[in-house]
Amino acid sequence: MRVRRVIGALLLAVFVSAPVLADERDDAKAQVQFGIRVAQLGLWREAVTHWERAVKLDPTYAPAYNNLAIGYEHQGDFEKARNAYEKALELSPNNAYIKQNYELFREINDRTNKQDGR
Amino acid sequence: MTARISRTVVSLAAVLAAACTSYYEIPIETPIRAKLDVGAFQRVLVAGFLAGGSDDVDGNLETTRLLRSQLRTKSDLRVIDADVLPLIEVAGGERKAPTDATTPAPAGNPIKNDKDIDQYQHVFANTEYWKKIGEEYQQPLIVTGTVLFTSREQTQMQQREQEVFDTLGRRRTVAERRLVERKGFGLQGRFIFIDGRTGATLHSQNFTESILYDANRQTPALSSYFELMDKLIPNFLATLSSQKIKGTRILLN
Repeated sequence: MRVRRVIGALLLAVFVSAPVLADERDDAKAQVQFGIRVAQLGLWREAVTHWERAVKLDPTYAPAYNNLAIGYEHQGDFEKARNAYEKALELSPNNAYIKQNYELFREINDRTNKQDGR
Repeated sequence: MTARISRTVVSLAAVLAAACTSYYEIPIETPIRAKLDVGAFQRVLVAGFLAGGSDDVDGNLETTRLLRSQLRTKSDLRVIDADVLPLIEVAGGERKAPTDATTPAPAGNPIKNDKDIDQYQHVFANTEYWKKIGEEYQQPLIVTGTVLFTSREQTQMQQREQEVFDTLGRRRTVAERRLVERKGFGLQGRFIFIDGRTGATLHSQNFTESILYDANRQTPALSSYFELMDKLIPNFLATLSSQKIKGTRILLN
């Protein structure tokens, strides 16, 4: 009886929270998509603003962090780019695209650090 | 049974998730900031180098020419055309005054190795000298340094696969290791960046590169020199001007 009640409560919680979570993911996706469109037009600063909004709306959305990392990389902000790539990989460790982007970023970052003698 | 169902559900979910993710390849340009702030200078003087090693290449002349031509096309600074400074003579003159005008100068380049170069390095610390040069050319950024281009020989272990056939005619490969002699060149030294207004050193960076070829390959020294300099130029330019590295990344949705 008690088990049934717990399961019932859990199911209720899932059903109530699911639309809310879905809304946030949808809003984040919309921001990410818009960011991609403006980045393709070369408006990187605006793209970054949209991807920043997306990660605020849904902090578990790995593609938003991936795109944000690329945006930061394009702006030369290597520290922020690294953090965003690492967060994207933490959320989606097996995503081959994120891994590839991160590898390419690290290659440049390591080379710069080597030049600086860091 | 339950485990099988859950496995199927998980793999279906993974396939669906992958299918829902769109990706867009996008070109990006990653900016790399210059190591040295050269905002205070509009002109650059590649003055000359303390050079030595192989007699086949005039390291002073070739390095000065090469860096000037690279800076002309790849930096915003105006490159000053001037005679290349004979830094060995300048440093030698500082060390001891000429004794007798009739005494013949030593034949060939006196710098053969890095120890020889050390004897002349004090010229870079002579701020008065560099300040004077700076005044002569309207206080530019001065590029100088040391270049030692030497021939190298090395014996290396090389491994190669060799085909052998046994008594039954069956083919197999065995690794054969042998010592091979390789010849080439090495380039080492230092780029020094001096403030033409004060004569003080702003920045210096060491470099070492080498290249080895098969012993029977005849590669001209000058061509090897340029091959080695090609490897150093990007680092040199990155000191003075910011660069953009072109690449592509994948945007996800």
